[in-house]
Amino acid sequence: MSRLLTLLFGRLPIGWLQLTHSRGRFFAAVAGVAFANLLVFMQLGIMGALNGSTVAPYAMLNADIILSSEDGNTLTDDGHIARARMYQALGVAGVIDATPLFVGNLPFTLEDGSAVSLLSFGVDVTKPQFSTPAIAPKLGQLTLESTALLDEGTRGMPAEVIDDLMDGVRFEFETGGNTLTAIGTMEVGGGFLADGMMIMSDQTFLRVFPSRTSGAPNHILVRTADGVAVETVVARLKDALPSGNLRIQSMEASAANDLAYMATERPTGIIFGFGVFMGILVGLVIVYQVLSTDVADHLREYATFKAMGYGQPFFLGIVFEEAIVLAVFGFIPGFFVSMGLYAGLVSVTGLPVEMDASRAILVFLGTLAACSLSGAIATRRLANADPAELF
Amino acid sequence: MSDAPITTRNLDHFFGTGDARKQAIFDINLDIARGSLTILMGPSGSGKTTLLTLIGCLRDVKDGQVRVLGHELNGASEAVLVGLRRRLGFIFQAHNLHESLTATQNVTMGLQVHGRGDAVKQRKAAHHVLDLLGLADRRDYLPGNLSGGQKQRVAVARALVSNPEIILADEPTAALDKESGHTVVQMLKSLGKARGITTVMVTHDPRILEMADRIITLEDGRIISDELK
Repeated sequence: MSRLLTLLFGRLPIGWLQLTHSRGRFFAAVAGVAFANLLVFMQLGIMGALNGSTVAPYAMLNADIILSSEDGNTLTDDGHIARARMYQALGVAGVIDATPLFVGNLPFTLEDGSAVSLLSFGVDVTKPQFSTPAIAPKLGQLTLESTALLDEGTRGMPAEVIDDLMDGVRFEFETGGNTLTAIGTMEVGGGFLADGMMIMSDQTFLRVFPSRTSGAPNHILVRTADGVAVETVVARLKDALPSGNLRIQSMEASAANDLAYMATERPTGIIFGFGVFMGILVGLVIVYQVLSTDVADHLREYATFKAMGYGQPFFLGIVFEEAIVLAVFGFIPGFFVSMGLYAGLVSVTGLPVEMDASRAILVFLGTLAACSLSGAIATRRLANADPAELF
Repeated sequence: MSDAPITTRNLDHFFGTGDARKQAIFDINLDIARGSLTILMGPSGSGKTTLLTLIGCLRDVKDGQVRVLGHELNGASEAVLVGLRRRLGFIFQAHNLHESLTATQNVTMGLQVHGRGDAVKQRKAAHHVLDLLGLADRRDYLPGNLSGGQKQRVAVARALVSNPEIILADEPTAALDKESGHTVVQMLKSLGKARGITTVMVTHDPRILEMADRIITLEDGRIISDELK
């Protein structure tokens, strides 16, 4: 390692030699940086899961524009819109089709007494074009009364139930005084709002949620004609439909707004964002402590180098070299331990906690930046290295 | 001024300001000849270390003139001072070796200050000087595994390896036994003769006084005797 760094820097890798000279302190410093990395990774992982589960329902839908009530902040919030808007939308140039979407949270109790909540979507099963290709072929089966497709990743659902469903064995369960029959599965995954998803016909939905009416779905989904820009149709819809209490946006914009809302306005998003900040702060403090102590411990040696004619860039180079060493050596264990914890979290919670390359790169670059910042602050102590005091 | 490598004229130096201002040296006028071994003597607080640090470009010259290797230090920029320090060799009483560098690496630092170089040549040069100082079997030792005398010899090697034009030494033989001390001073003297390296040394070691070309004694910041031998 020393030889490699010597080749790289064109000088002795003093930062590296200094850090590794005291192995105990080096491992403690690396463990500190790794811990800070772990904190950031876990917070980002959970925040990513929150984001992933927020937009997961969009993956079931195949539409271009969504009309929603201003009362609801996200796709799954409780806000109603008049069905009449769907007919009005159908009269706007560029709109080729529209359908209502009902959303509700359905709790039920499993045989072992554990409670499961299912985010349930009521759709017009005669319009499979509004669902993704994986789901659309199964919608025909939902014309049967009180049937539904159950999410394979439903948290708490016994594995044998899912296995049976995938083998064609139906699963019957009671909820709110109604009997529902799961006749197949779909793959979405649990989230923060519910343990899993369920899709059913709008008729079944209205039976299961008796307080809801067919005249007031949660959203209207709109498909646009080929060759017409979605934003153009959005603008036309905004002109054509009454503006009061109605939000008209593309599906992409709706998903982005949901994410922004969850990240910045819901306590969960703010908490995880704060957690990331805390992780970075912990990392900064740890690295600063290590580097500033190291500088203080070597002031006489640095003063000697100053006397010999080494300039400030040389000393800054040593401190930044140490910062980079700590960042790299702290990141590696932090990354792998986080991978293990992600796997554990997925198996326990079913949340979509995944390590993607962009996150790993982002955290690594962030670690480098944080360590460099700490190093930059620690270099202030170099001013205390006065070579005249050596005599 | 003369063309001596070190000259001083009307040199005063003060520490502190206002009521706390204290004058450390008074009206020092010196011309130190190229290749000579000059010893500065005097009791503690006599100003010899202050004089050494002024010549070594480690303190700002405030009053009077100090000329080192043709450069006036009074009012010199930091870049000039740093450039000059690279042409000097320092030997401190406390060896000040870097604890995480081996003897060879510590000595190599004396070369790397001049920029990127051939690492193999630098290592060979470091080994050569260490061998001359009797440390051939300690090249790869860390300072923590060397005796006080061995550490001091490594520090001497670090100062010598870059062929400095002036060596400034503060009690370089204090941690050495008689034979090692004699070897080091003899080496400095030989370098003076062979390469014209000028050495200014603060010492109380009576064993090496006889080897000096010149002995300057200071007391209360003033030169009280200047003896050429």
